[in-house]
Amino acid sequence: MDWYLQQIINGLGLGAIYALIALGYTMVYGVLRFINFAHSDVLMLGAFTAFYIAPKIEKLMGHQSVLGCILLFIVAAAVCACIGMLIERLAYRPLRNRPKLTVLITAIGVSLLIEYTAQNEKVLGSAPQPFPQLLQEHSIHLGNLIISSNDVLTLGVTIVLLAAMWFVVQKTRIGTAMRAVSYNQQAALLMGVPVNRIISFTFGLGSALAAIAGILYAIKAPSIEPLMGVQPGLRAFVAAVLGGIGNLPGAVLGGVLLGLLETFAGGIPGLSNYRDAIAFGILILILLVKPAGLLGRSAVEKV
Amino acid sequence: MLTLENLHVSYGSIKALHGVSLTVPQGSIVTLIGANGAGKSTTLRALSGLVKTSSGSIIYDGQPISKLAPNQIVAKGLCHVPEGRMVFANLTVHENLRMGAYLQRDRKWISDQMDYVYSLFPRLQERETQASGTLSGGEQQMLAIGRALLSRPKFLMLDEPSLGIAPLLVKTIFERIVEINREQGLTILLVEQNANLALDVSSYAYVLETGKILLEGPSPQVKADPQVQAAYLGA
Repeated sequence: MDWYLQQIINGLGLGAIYALIALGYTMVYGVLRFINFAHSDVLMLGAFTAFYIAPKIEKLMGHQSVLGCILLFIVAAAVCACIGMLIERLAYRPLRNRPKLTVLITAIGVSLLIEYTAQNEKVLGSAPQPFPQLLQEHSIHLGNLIISSNDVLTLGVTIVLLAAMWFVVQKTRIGTAMRAVSYNQQAALLMGVPVNRIISFTFGLGSALAAIAGILYAIKAPSIEPLMGVQPGLRAFVAAVLGGIGNLPGAVLGGVLLGLLETFAGGIPGLSNYRDAIAFGILILILLVKPAGLLGRSAVEKV
Repeated sequence: MLTLENLHVSYGSIKALHGVSLTVPQGSIVTLIGANGAGKSTTLRALSGLVKTSSGSIIYDGQPISKLAPNQIVAKGLCHVPEGRMVFANLTVHENLRMGAYLQRDRKWISDQMDYVYSLFPRLQERETQASGTLSGGEQQMLAIGRALLSRPKFLMLDEPSLGIAPLLVKTIFERIVEINREQGLTILLVEQNANLALDVSSYAYVLETGKILLEGPSPQVKADPQVQAAYLGA
């Protein structure tokens, strides 16, 4: 029993991070119908932004202060939102009316460009760097369970962000416009919705979430390097597909599910080396039964 | 209010419109009829800025608008209810109407206009919080018209409002179109395949064939034309 609870706790901590990243993939897919492979690199840039400004914030706000930590999250999110919007503006917008395959290949190109530029010693360098402890880590003992304060932090931040995202997407004018654009760009244009600005906003929002996920991932890791985004990025992409690409609750569900699967598979003695094989094997089975993903629906248009 | 002069539009190497000229006077209902593929929808898409014109001019309210972006054109009060309705199926009825009012800032006006739309189409009010994908075709058409009315139109373009809709609802929708024209003084350009219906509600008609105006005249006269009768009215 304790073993299961412990795995659930660990799995939720990991799944929450996947969920945050998966939201970015799925939102961009929603408005532009392509997979932004550079998303995982924005995550890495978020972690590095935090790495470089953490000492400055520490000087300003004191060692391991909660306010400083919040400030760090906000600054990294803002920096990455700008990076995300810049990528869209420079690399994807000029290809707006080209076949989706062209944009997809470009996304892979942007991803490689960022990764290998970052590995240059004069940029970020390829050697792993220790990520600073932003907050004092505690272990909380509940009976036989051990809960790390970092997992609590991850879950807390994720829940707050998911609630904020729900509010923005469901209740605000710009969120409604995002949903409208994802359903039918041309109709949105006819209402006077500035479609390019909405797409830009979507990239900004997704990249901000990726930055925060990057920091949370780095805290767990606990070292960072320019290729650190590849693994979680790939998993989050799979999570988005598992939940039904384009579907926001689906991305969250897919992320949490993948986190749990991976943790459980990794926790089985003797099988921990096969955890990815087990987790992804189950995913393949789910997608065989539900090809559109758990919450995805094949689009039917009324004529 | 609106004048098209010698409008040409091409999709790649395919010419869709070759030299369409027409005029829509303020406060009138003018119809553009023609067979499938004649270029009716293309004409409207050129007007609302969704396709680029290759030559010719569009003068609206005394100003050329053929170089403007779609959102600038909507802001001028030229609103387009597209073919196939294109309601946002994933949004509720209310949210669809809010999107129509995207460029409107005056909350009081928006809420009054919403009440007006609901009084025109009570069915929409009953389904206010429903996802619009669950509406019937006719209800979606009502919503598409209502949504356009929230864009504060002075000039409304309707593309095939009768397409694929139960006959009873078609009658209601056309009655409302005439009502909107009379009560709000809205100028309407109506594109229809159902020529009979369109000629009955309009005052002036243009017949479009393969990208050119074949003939034009006051609607009763066009309706009596033997050529039109044979080709479009099934007489």
